[in-house]
Amino acid sequence: MADQMAVSVGAVPAPGSAERRRRLWRRFRRRPMPMTGLVLVAGFLLLALVGPLVTGDPVTQDYAATLAPPSAAHPMGTDDLGRDALARIASGARISLQAGVLSTLLAMAAGIPIGLLAGFYRRWLDPVVGRLVDVTLAFPFLVFAVGLAAIIGPSLTGVVLALGFAQLPAVIRITRGEVLAIKEMDYVSAAIADGAADGHILLRYVLPNCAGPLIVQATVAIPTAIIGEATLSFLGLGVQPPTPSWGVMLTVAQQYLDVAPWLAIWPGVLIALATLGFNLLGDGLRDVLDPRSGL
Amino acid sequence: MTWFILRRCGAAVMVLLLGSVLIFLGVRALPGDPAVVMAGEDASPALVAAIREEYGLDQPLPVQYVEYLRQTLSGNLGRSTQDQLPVTTILAQRLPVTLELTVLAMVVAITVGVLAGVVAAVRRGRFADYLATGFGLAGLSVPHFWLGLLAILLFSVTLRWLPASGYVPFTEDPAGNLQRMVLPTLVLGMGFAAVLMRQTRSAMLGALSADYIRTARSKGLAERAVVGVHALRNSLTTVVTVLGLQLGALISGAVVTEQIFVIPGFGKLTVDAVLTRNYPVIQAVVLVTVTAYVVINLLVDIAYALLNPRIRLSGASHG
Repeated sequence: MADQMAVSVGAVPAPGSAERRRRLWRRFRRRPMPMTGLVLVAGFLLLALVGPLVTGDPVTQDYAATLAPPSAAHPMGTDDLGRDALARIASGARISLQAGVLSTLLAMAAGIPIGLLAGFYRRWLDPVVGRLVDVTLAFPFLVFAVGLAAIIGPSLTGVVLALGFAQLPAVIRITRGEVLAIKEMDYVSAAIADGAADGHILLRYVLPNCAGPLIVQATVAIPTAIIGEATLSFLGLGVQPPTPSWGVMLTVAQQYLDVAPWLAIWPGVLIALATLGFNLLGDGLRDVLDPRSGL
Repeated sequence: MTWFILRRCGAAVMVLLLGSVLIFLGVRALPGDPAVVMAGEDASPALVAAIREEYGLDQPLPVQYVEYLRQTLSGNLGRSTQDQLPVTTILAQRLPVTLELTVLAMVVAITVGVLAGVVAAVRRGRFADYLATGFGLAGLSVPHFWLGLLAILLFSVTLRWLPASGYVPFTEDPAGNLQRMVLPTLVLGMGFAAVLMRQTRSAMLGALSADYIRTARSKGLAERAVVGVHALRNSLTTVVTVLGLQLGALISGAVVTEQIFVIPGFGKLTVDAVLTRNYPVIQAVVLVTVTAYVVINLLVDIAYALLNPRIRLSGASHG
């Protein structure tokens, strides 16, 4: 502990250098929880990207085998329309991944520029952005989701928009906070003294140094969005049947809880594992990327 | 302090006004004639005409907004398109149910979460800490509605201890009411207990390493008093903050829980309204949710300022 402290306090390699990356990876690799998270996330990505290619069609109905218990042909059983639960799980992972990643990308794409500008032009832009963030925070996420579902109809697009919008305040606040700290750094003063244009300073010096906290934020946002999508779809406000979403699968499972309880197990286990994976990974990244964590 | 509260109230009113504009515009952003939208798809032309008249829907938008605001403030939230009942009547039936559920769940969450957090912090690195931390991580990762399904599967379908769903008002059958509330309350409360446990644990760990704790210990105070009086009190601001931050999650949690256990509360009303495109009800539930959210956040802010002098003295509350 003490010698690691000395190393990180001593010569801190420049951000983004290969040396620093190697050092962060060494710190990360030694710890069991983040590695478990990494494995779970990798498994989830594999299931979402490769799974649907292997497991067959998630919407083919087989009325000869409805609500069949797990067997060799259907390892996770079949649902009320005789659809293979395993195939639906794999396709559902794809929906979860889309909801998680797209909504986070959306929030980042809109939030990072706003946060950068608000932090950089504190005098005139910051108060306006601050108030807008306050107002956005005054609306619970579900209200966005309900409103969007009411206006454009329940769909994956609505889910992604609602989840992305709900994440926006956090992204803006984090970026802005980082900019405020980075602006005081000597290398930024040097660039300003050198006569660099604002845009150049923001993109070349400020933005890359915001990356750490934003990556950590993404690992928090993605699992939140995965649960959000499943919840909305479970309520009927998100992805619509027959598209297989883990939330939709649990809606069906609830109706047949007493005759086909196996249907209720896998979608929930996978939501929990995917979420847990991102949370562990995020905790680990935060420890590694934050020098104050005392590693 | 008065100045702080007044400023907070002013900000809350601004947010509410802005919210009402958004809600007002939301219904009018829908494709089609807003009078038909408000009356419901199968409404008679006479009803559509009556609604157009009542809300002044042939007037310019700003006039309509002022009229909408006036009607809302005087307690007229329109009529449900399903049964033509006034929306306020429906809300009066549904809100107490949800209030009971959320209050009971919060009691569970605070009891379990704060207790587990304190124990985990005091017994740091021991078995009890790992148990509580594991519970916290699981609580964050397991979605409410799946926990609800598992609880029904275990306690209702397999063990047959508790009913899987349904609701009776407390005033009609207190025992039956509480019996049916056990599972929903635990399911909703456990997720928040997990969040509270994590926050209490880290706040307590911070407090326990502070100088005043060393002072209290070196005075010869009993460990129970050190933990209970000094450390815990200084961790309570965290609990209040977390409760405020988790309010949105509590609202969505209640919606989901009511859907699973078929409880006829505000949450079920919300989902049913969206699925049946019952726009007057949607408008009202969104308005009520935003209002509740803003008011409770205001109370949390004030409670936080009362607990933490640094906030009210600096007068600034934004980082």
